[in-house]
Amino acid sequence: MSSDFQEQSGAVQVRGGLTHRQKTLLNVAALLCCLGILALFSRYGSEYHVRILNNMAIFITLAVSYNLVNGVCGILHLGPNAFVAIGAYTSALLTLSPSEKQINFIINDLIWPLSIVQVPFALSLVAAGIMAALFAFIISFPVFRVRGDYLAIVTFGFGEVVRVLCNAAQSITNGPLGLKNLEPYTNLWWSWGIAILTIVSITKLINSSYGRAMKAIREDETAARAMGIDPFRQLLLAFLISAFFSGIAGGLLAHLITTISPTLFMFTLTFNLLIIIVVGGLGSTTGAVIGAILFAWGGEALRIVENPMDIGIITIPGIPGMRMVVFSLILMLVIIFAGHGIFGRNEFSWEMLARICLRGGKRVGSP
Amino acid sequence: MTNTIFLQQLVNGVSVGSLYALVAIGYTMVYGILRLINFAHGDLLMVAAYAAIFGMGIFSNSWIAFPLAIIITGCIGILLDRTAYKPLRNAPRISLLISAIGASFLLENLFLVIFGGVPKPFPRPDFFASVIDIGALRIPVLTIYAPIITILLFLGLLYIVYRTKAGKAMRAASRDFETTRLMGINLDRIIALTFLLGSCLAAAGGIMWAMKYPQVNPFMGIFPGIKAFVAAVLGGIGNITGALVGGFLLGLGEIMIVALMPELAQYRDALAFVILILVLLFRPRGIMGETIVE
Repeated sequence: MSSDFQEQSGAVQVRGGLTHRQKTLLNVAALLCCLGILALFSRYGSEYHVRILNNMAIFITLAVSYNLVNGVCGILHLGPNAFVAIGAYTSALLTLSPSEKQINFIINDLIWPLSIVQVPFALSLVAAGIMAALFAFIISFPVFRVRGDYLAIVTFGFGEVVRVLCNAAQSITNGPLGLKNLEPYTNLWWSWGIAILTIVSITKLINSSYGRAMKAIREDETAARAMGIDPFRQLLLAFLISAFFSGIAGGLLAHLITTISPTLFMFTLTFNLLIIIVVGGLGSTTGAVIGAILFAWGGEALRIVENPMDIGIITIPGIPGMRMVVFSLILMLVIIFAGHGIFGRNEFSWEMLARICLRGGKRVGSP
Repeated sequence: MTNTIFLQQLVNGVSVGSLYALVAIGYTMVYGILRLINFAHGDLLMVAAYAAIFGMGIFSNSWIAFPLAIIITGCIGILLDRTAYKPLRNAPRISLLISAIGASFLLENLFLVIFGGVPKPFPRPDFFASVIDIGALRIPVLTIYAPIITILLFLGLLYIVYRTKAGKAMRAASRDFETTRLMGINLDRIIALTFLLGSCLAAAGGIMWAMKYPQVNPFMGIFPGIKAFVAAVLGGIGNITGALVGGFLLGLGEIMIVALMPELAQYRDALAFVILILVLLFRPRGIMGETIVE
């Protein structure tokens, strides 16, 4: 609601506001710019940098799709780790070669159809998304029966149930041993390609009539119902789309770290995503992107606090674990002093950028 | 299954349930007043266990060490409210939730940095260590004391909530924050009292938990904490009797299902949630419904 309004008023404020065509040009230019940077990194960047960039893209995909449910629909959903887990396992099981599967599954054999299938990476990602969405569809009936904190705990419960199932269903997931030796298919093109696809499609959805209906439910469910909106259908749509992209991101994650096990999909993953979207600004796609970038980059940047430090004469020895202490302190300070997150509910737009740039230059000339 | 094993498991279930109940009460009290899922509450279990270990190290007398550990944990509960939640009284609820997650991460990792990740053994005082035989049953006394202590503490809590002025203020605050303030009640003090009581109960639960599973590490509070929260929701969150009922039901349910169907043992951690989801399907507001705090 607020973002649409601001975009319109922005267009009025900037003199000779941007036309549709200019905006498209700018978008294309920005996209080409991104691709150029990626090309540079994939050619000259160190392995470490490429790894961080891949992580960033996967977290962007996860955060933007999670934000669709939590931020746009205003539902406190705490189970995205289930979607990621299902996506990761589906995609991993589909790309592993039959011989690798035999090496992996030493305690129980993999059940029949899965043990001989092998499909290309792209197809496995689609399957990952579909499986996650299918799971979301199944759980949506009990989930949307309740609201508020009850919904939070039910989705949290499904997240945990999936993790425990991954641990226990040894003939499908190989239990606590996990799946090893996946091919490292995920590269910058895959991860950022999917991230950009996610951002574009979810932004389109949010700005469509469906998105407006979702925001209406967030603001007041009873009023939205009175306007003829069926909350269950809208929420289900958001839930399925969110699960689909989270599942794909799970597949990317699996083929980035090449080893997956149930502990990877603990509820800490959910908490991290929640932190990303709230710190970025709940309900803002731009905020989710910025939050994900900060999180992926900050996690690495904070490693300095674990290194030994020289302060003049004394040397403070590095303390392992200090990183998380500093991280949680920063998190609490940010939340206490910037309660609405970095972006609030605003979105990035070219007009906004123009306004910021022009504010400096036009101060002398225009009234 | 023989009768003996059945009875043994029954007693065990009640005992585990009583520990869930003690922790669940703290969740439900804080929720009743602040509408906050206090994710850091489970970590108070861990704080209490460490405090008790050090108390035992210094005084080597559980009658001094345990109450001291409970008081220290209570104070940390108040500190938690003052630093992490008080600045956010007027913020959106989601910020409060993130702050709780941050506080939980902070407690866990702070203890990890200070005490290391190696589990510490918990010194079990003789008073709790013995085993009694009733017929063919062999029951550790702790299993019997836990529910008794829980019920006694619960009765004490009921007295405070229903028979004292502060308790009346707490009940008022859970109904309507603003009006309570207009009546000249110092809300911050009432919230601090809520955190104190909840944390003390969690501490008692934590010490007994550490005696039952004597491995103390910085992350030991997470799973009991989550299950206690499930118990609170099961009973109808915001309702202290509900939390007690939910705790006992969850403990019993978890232990008995595994006892009756041993092949489900590896699913034990998911059972709590399956029970919760099934109950919420039929009673979306928990067993005891939504009568705001009590």
